[in-house]
Amino acid sequence: MTLLYFAWVRQKVGTSEEQIDLPAGVVTVGDLIAHLKSRGGGYADAFADPARLRVAVDQEHVSFDAPVDSADEVAFFPPVTGG
Amino acid sequence: MNAVRIQREDFDIGAELDVLAGGRNDVGAVVTFTGHVRGDANLTALTLEHYPGMTEREIASHVHEAEQRWPLTGVTIIHRIGRLEPGARIVLVATASSHRQAAFAAAEFLMDYLKTRAPFWKEEERGGSKSWVAAKDTDEDAVQRWR
Repeated sequence: MTLLYFAWVRQKVGTSEEQIDLPAGVVTVGDLIAHLKSRGGGYADAFADPARLRVAVDQEHVSFDAPVDSADEVAFFPPVTGG
Repeated sequence: MNAVRIQREDFDIGAELDVLAGGRNDVGAVVTFTGHVRGDANLTALTLEHYPGMTEREIASHVHEAEQRWPLTGVTIIHRIGRLEPGARIVLVATASSHRQAAFAAAEFLMDYLKTRAPFWKEEERGGSKSWVAAKDTDEDAVQRWR
Protein backbone atom coordinates (compact mmCIF):
# COMPACT_ATOMS: atom_id res chain seq x y z
CA MET A 1 0.00 0.00 0.00
CA THR A 2 1.17 3.52 -0.76
CA LEU A 3 0.91 6.21 1.91
CA LEU A 4 1.02 9.85 0.83
CA TYR A 5 1.52 12.91 3.02
CA PHE A 6 0.86 16.53 2.12
CA ALA A 7 1.57 20.02 3.53
CA TRP A 8 2.59 20.04 7.23
CA VAL A 9 1.86 16.32 7.60
CA ARG A 10 4.56 15.70 4.94
CA GLN A 11 6.98 18.01 6.74
CA LYS A 12 6.44 16.37 10.13
CA VAL A 13 6.81 12.76 8.94
CA GLY A 14 9.74 13.77 6.72
CA THR A 15 8.62 12.12 3.47
CA SER A 16 5.93 12.61 0.85
CA GLU A 17 5.40 8.95 0.02
CA GLU A 18 6.17 5.47 1.34
CA GLN A 19 5.15 1.86 0.85
CA ILE A 20 3.93 -0.21 3.79
CA ASP A 21 2.58 -3.67 4.45
CA LEU A 22 -0.50 -3.22 6.60
CA PRO A 23 0.01 -4.84 10.02
CA ALA A 24 -2.57 -7.40 11.16
CA GLY A 25 -5.46 -5.76 12.95
CA VAL A 26 -5.32 -2.50 10.98
CA VAL A 27 -8.72 -2.34 9.29
CA THR A 28 -9.89 1.29 9.34
CA VAL A 29 -8.36 4.72 8.79
CA GLY A 30 -8.49 5.19 12.57
CA ASP A 31 -6.48 1.99 13.09
CA LEU A 32 -3.91 3.15 10.55
CA ILE A 33 -3.56 6.53 12.28
CA ALA A 34 -2.98 4.77 15.62
CA HIS A 35 -0.38 2.51 14.00
CA LEU A 36 1.49 5.42 12.38
CA LYS A 37 1.39 7.43 15.61
CA SER A 38 3.00 4.48 17.43
CA ARG A 39 6.09 4.79 15.22
CA GLY A 40 7.09 7.81 17.35
CA GLY A 41 9.26 10.74 16.27
CA GLY A 42 7.80 12.85 13.48
CA TYR A 43 4.94 10.39 13.07
CA ALA A 44 3.86 10.82 16.69
CA ASP A 45 3.93 14.57 16.11
CA ALA A 46 2.02 14.47 12.80
CA PHE A 47 -0.66 12.10 14.10
CA ALA A 48 -0.86 13.49 17.66
CA ASP A 49 -4.22 15.18 17.05
CA PRO A 50 -6.25 13.26 14.45
CA ALA A 51 -8.96 15.97 14.53
CA ARG A 52 -6.52 18.17 12.58
CA LEU A 53 -6.17 15.57 9.81
CA ARG A 54 -8.17 14.71 6.72
CA VAL A 55 -7.85 11.43 4.86
CA ALA A 56 -8.39 10.15 1.34
CA VAL A 57 -8.55 6.46 0.45
CA ASP A 58 -7.88 5.77 -3.22
CA GLN A 59 -8.30 9.50 -3.90
CA GLU A 60 -11.73 9.86 -2.26
CA HIS A 61 -12.36 11.86 0.93
CA VAL A 62 -13.34 9.45 3.72
CA SER A 63 -14.02 9.48 7.46
CA PHE A 64 -11.89 7.74 10.07
CA ASP A 65 -14.15 4.68 10.21
CA ALA A 66 -13.62 3.92 6.51
CA PRO A 67 -11.85 0.64 5.69
CA VAL A 68 -8.24 0.72 4.46
CA ASP A 69 -7.51 -3.02 4.35
CA SER A 70 -8.10 -3.30 0.60
CA ALA A 71 -6.89 0.20 -0.39
CA ASP A 72 -4.03 0.88 -2.81
CA GLU A 73 -3.37 4.46 -1.71
CA VAL A 74 -4.08 6.32 1.53
CA ALA A 75 -3.30 10.04 1.86
CA PHE A 76 -3.09 12.17 5.02
CA PHE A 77 -3.30 15.96 4.92
CA PRO A 78 -4.61 19.05 6.71
CA PRO A 79 -7.99 20.58 5.76
CA VAL A 80 -7.61 21.94 2.24
CA THR A 81 -6.95 25.63 1.51
CA GLY A 82 -7.05 26.09 -2.26
CA GLY A 83 -9.01 28.56 -4.36
CA MET B 1 -16.96 21.81 -23.50
CA ASN B 2 -15.28 21.41 -20.14
CA ALA B 3 -11.64 21.97 -19.28
CA VAL B 4 -9.91 21.36 -15.95
CA ARG B 5 -6.21 22.19 -15.66
CA ILE B 6 -3.69 22.36 -12.83
CA GLN B 7 -0.64 24.32 -13.96
CA ARG B 8 2.30 26.44 -12.86
CA GLU B 9 1.92 29.01 -15.64
CA ASP B 10 -0.38 32.01 -15.63
CA PHE B 11 -3.50 31.91 -17.81
CA ASP B 12 -5.04 34.28 -20.36
CA ILE B 13 -8.69 34.82 -19.40
CA GLY B 14 -9.69 36.16 -22.81
CA ALA B 15 -8.22 33.18 -24.61
CA GLU B 16 -9.92 30.78 -22.18
CA LEU B 17 -13.32 32.43 -22.72
CA ASP B 18 -12.86 32.24 -26.49
CA VAL B 19 -12.44 28.48 -26.13
CA LEU B 20 -15.33 28.16 -23.66
CA ALA B 21 -17.92 30.10 -25.63
CA GLY B 22 -16.45 30.68 -29.07
CA GLY B 23 -17.94 29.17 -32.21
CA ARG B 24 -21.35 28.42 -30.73
CA ASN B 25 -24.62 30.32 -30.62
CA ASP B 26 -26.36 28.70 -27.66
CA VAL B 27 -24.29 30.56 -25.03
CA GLY B 28 -26.10 33.53 -23.57
CA ALA B 29 -24.01 34.08 -20.44
CA VAL B 30 -20.45 33.53 -19.28
CA VAL B 31 -19.55 34.14 -15.64
CA THR B 32 -15.91 34.21 -14.59
CA PHE B 33 -14.34 34.22 -11.16
CA THR B 34 -10.62 34.93 -10.89
CA GLY B 35 -8.83 34.52 -7.56
CA HIS B 36 -5.68 36.58 -6.94
CA VAL B 37 -2.98 36.46 -4.26
CA ARG B 38 -3.94 39.18 -1.78
CA GLY B 39 -0.84 40.89 -0.46
CA ASP B 40 -2.02 41.63 3.05
CA ALA B 41 0.06 41.77 6.26
CA ASN B 42 3.47 41.74 4.59
CA LEU B 43 2.82 38.60 2.57
CA THR B 44 5.85 37.87 0.40
CA ALA B 45 4.40 34.89 -1.50
CA LEU B 46 2.15 31.84 -1.37
CA THR B 47 3.27 28.39 -2.43
CA LEU B 48 0.52 26.02 -3.51
CA GLU B 49 0.87 22.27 -3.18
CA HIS B 50 -1.68 19.74 -4.49
CA TYR B 51 -2.45 16.03 -4.67
CA PRO B 52 -1.93 15.12 -8.34
CA GLY B 53 -4.65 12.82 -9.60
CA MET B 54 -7.09 13.35 -6.76
CA THR B 55 -7.29 17.09 -7.49
CA GLU B 56 -8.40 16.49 -11.07
CA ARG B 57 -10.85 13.76 -10.01
CA GLU B 58 -12.35 15.87 -7.26
CA ILE B 59 -12.83 18.91 -9.51
CA ALA B 60 -14.24 16.78 -12.34
CA SER B 61 -16.83 15.28 -9.97
CA HIS B 62 -17.94 18.77 -8.88
CA VAL B 63 -18.18 19.90 -12.49
CA HIS B 64 -20.33 16.83 -13.14
CA GLU B 65 -22.54 17.70 -10.17
CA ALA B 66 -22.88 21.31 -11.40
CA GLU B 67 -24.00 19.98 -14.77
CA GLN B 68 -26.71 17.91 -13.06
CA ARG B 69 -27.96 20.99 -11.21
CA TRP B 70 -27.86 23.65 -13.92
CA PRO B 71 -28.09 23.68 -17.72
CA LEU B 72 -24.48 24.55 -18.55
CA THR B 73 -22.88 24.66 -21.99
CA GLY B 74 -19.35 24.50 -20.61
CA VAL B 75 -17.03 24.97 -17.63
CA THR B 76 -13.36 25.97 -17.48
CA ILE B 77 -11.41 25.59 -14.25
CA ILE B 78 -7.72 26.43 -14.01
CA HIS B 79 -5.85 26.29 -10.71
CA ARG B 80 -2.22 27.32 -10.43
CA ILE B 81 0.36 25.63 -8.20
CA GLY B 82 3.87 26.61 -7.13
CA ARG B 83 5.12 29.92 -5.73
CA LEU B 84 2.91 32.95 -6.44
CA GLU B 85 3.53 36.54 -5.40
CA PRO B 86 0.90 39.13 -4.38
CA GLY B 87 -1.22 40.21 -7.32
CA ALA B 88 -0.75 36.95 -9.21
CA ARG B 89 -3.80 35.07 -10.48
CA ILE B 90 -4.35 31.75 -8.66
CA VAL B 91 -7.62 30.35 -9.96
CA LEU B 92 -10.11 30.75 -12.77
CA VAL B 93 -13.64 29.39 -12.71
CA ALA B 94 -15.66 30.19 -15.84
CA THR B 95 -19.16 28.87 -16.46
CA ALA B 96 -21.20 29.23 -19.63
CA SER B 97 -24.93 28.74 -20.04
CA SER B 98 -27.83 29.94 -22.14
CA HIS B 99 -28.98 32.07 -19.20
CA ARG B 100 -27.16 34.04 -16.56
CA GLN B 101 -28.80 32.55 -13.44
CA ALA B 102 -27.33 29.12 -14.14
CA ALA B 103 -23.90 30.54 -14.95
CA PHE B 104 -23.77 32.67 -11.77
CA ALA B 105 -25.00 29.87 -9.49
CA ALA B 106 -22.70 27.23 -10.98
CA ALA B 107 -19.64 29.48 -10.67
CA GLU B 108 -20.36 30.09 -7.00
CA PHE B 109 -21.06 26.40 -6.36
CA LEU B 110 -17.81 25.37 -8.04
CA MET B 111 -15.72 27.93 -6.13
CA ASP B 112 -17.25 26.86 -2.80
CA TYR B 113 -16.40 23.22 -3.55
CA LEU B 114 -12.95 24.08 -4.87
CA LYS B 115 -12.08 25.87 -1.63
CA THR B 116 -13.29 23.12 0.69
CA ARG B 117 -12.84 19.81 -1.16
CA ALA B 118 -10.14 20.09 -3.84
CA PRO B 119 -6.81 18.95 -2.32
CA PHE B 120 -4.69 22.12 -2.48
CA TRP B 121 -2.71 23.63 0.38
CA LYS B 122 -1.26 27.13 0.69
CA GLU B 123 1.94 27.94 2.53
CA GLU B 124 2.54 31.62 3.26
CA GLU B 125 5.88 33.41 3.31
CA ARG B 126 6.09 36.54 5.40
CA GLY B 127 9.57 37.99 5.61
CA GLY B 128 11.76 34.97 6.25
CA SER B 129 9.18 32.73 7.90
CA LYS B 130 6.75 30.23 6.40
CA SER B 131 3.46 28.90 7.73
CA TRP B 132 0.59 26.77 6.42
CA VAL B 133 -2.70 28.56 5.90
CA ALA B 134 -5.50 27.24 8.15
CA ALA B 135 -8.87 26.32 6.67
CA LYS B 136 -11.67 28.79 7.39
CA ASP B 137 -15.01 27.84 8.96
CA THR B 138 -16.68 30.44 6.73
CA ASP B 139 -15.59 28.45 3.65
CA GLU B 140 -17.09 25.27 5.13
CA ASP B 141 -20.31 27.18 5.96
CA ALA B 142 -20.44 28.40 2.35
CA VAL B 143 -20.32 24.88 0.93
CA GLN B 144 -22.96 23.56 3.34
CA ARG B 145 -25.70 25.72 1.78
CA TRP B 146 -25.51 23.61 -1.40
CA ARG B 147 -26.41 20.41 0.46
